[in-house]
Amino acid sequence: MANDLKLILELSAGAELLFGNIKRRQLSLDGSQKWTIGSLLKWMHANILTRSPELFIQGDTVRPGILVLVNDTDWELLGGLDYELQQNDNILFISTLHGG
Amino acid sequence: MPVYCKSQCGNRAVLRRPKTGDALCKECFFAAFEAEIHHTISSNQLFQPGQKIAVAASGGKDSTVLAHVLKLLNEKHNYGLDLVLLSIDEGISGYRDDSLETVKQNRDDYQMSLKILSYEELYGWTMDRIVAQIGRSNNCTFCGVFRRQALDRGAKLLQVDSIATGHNADDIAETVLMNILRGDTARLRRCTDIRTGGGEDSIPRVKPLKYSYEKDIVMYAHYKKLVYFSTECVFAPNAYRGHARAFLKDLEKVRPSVIMDIIYSGEQLRFKDTVKKPVRGTCSRCGFVSSQQPCKACVLLEGLNRGLPKLGIGKKSKGDRMIAEQNRELDLRERANLVKNDF
Repeated sequence: MANDLKLILELSAGAELLFGNIKRRQLSLDGSQKWTIGSLLKWMHANILTRSPELFIQGDTVRPGILVLVNDTDWELLGGLDYELQQNDNILFISTLHGG
Repeated sequence: MPVYCKSQCGNRAVLRRPKTGDALCKECFFAAFEAEIHHTISSNQLFQPGQKIAVAASGGKDSTVLAHVLKLLNEKHNYGLDLVLLSIDEGISGYRDDSLETVKQNRDDYQMSLKILSYEELYGWTMDRIVAQIGRSNNCTFCGVFRRQALDRGAKLLQVDSIATGHNADDIAETVLMNILRGDTARLRRCTDIRTGGGEDSIPRVKPLKYSYEKDIVMYAHYKKLVYFSTECVFAPNAYRGHARAFLKDLEKVRPSVIMDIIYSGEQLRFKDTVKKPVRGTCSRCGFVSSQQPCKACVLLEGLNRGLPKLGIGKKSKGDRMIAEQNRELDLRERANLVKNDF
């Protein structure tokens, strides 16, 4: 749809293993509603998380140790879960929980 | 509302540092992260000019960042170090073979020489074969014990003055917690030491990233576009460490300083004289550092070679009984053979 919310979703450093091993995808979300990182997480859980949800989601947020960047900026500076997603945003999840 | 860099450079901040709470831009973050590691190195006199240092390289985020930052600081502050990469190939297909490719990339990127030592050449066994023999419990014991010694062997071979490992602040805080939970006073005593070993017979190990938070390390690697390997080992993950880690990460959410606080607690611990202290010596068989006779690596290896892989697992007395029993059987068999041959 023309007024869909288009996003780039990236997963790295092991986080992709929970999402069918796909590191990068383009999403088109229903543009008639507001989207936040919080609602995106719920959408990811329901639609693309393929295994071990407890390794990604804890309560209504990401498991501590998973870093979230929006357009290469730490989500902690952008309001975290409440950040309202914008057209063409790039959302990156980096796991720090894998090997060293 | 964009947040601006705390250093008032005028740039937009890209991250909040867990250690300080500061919002910084990329450039100021790089500078702060590198300056802190330089401070750790210089205030603890980790290196001396002219030394040859092996960077223990696994291809993971920590050792990749360590190699990058050491090279950079060595040039910037004229440490005068000869830096080399040392990797251990445990022989785990689908894991270590891939991560070694990353180490080779580091070798080319940083123009450092690289030595890869394998369990196969050192012990005659790969982890794949060990797991086939012992199964998936206790296999991490073999891997850990062999790796520790393999690094010592590699360092001796390369004639380096010390080995730098990529242990970060989160790792050390986890280890303090695990040692407390296990009542392991011997390890608790030394796990926060920034330098370990270094007696007459051993090569010292240093931890330049001791005070670097994992988040900072991952963000640094990300913004610097460093290539690292991040797959979990194909064999059983370390469950106990996993619990300690999850607990700390939960605490860190409400109190980011918890990592530094636990390290500080570990550093300040003092033990009563009555607490048993392991005596460091050298193994009578292989000559490498050990507080047991023979060392754990030799016992584990003997177990594998005797077809008694559980030999080094659990109490020493149990292992001794297993050896005695096997020797008795071999002895009986030999006598039976003698009798047969006499006629």
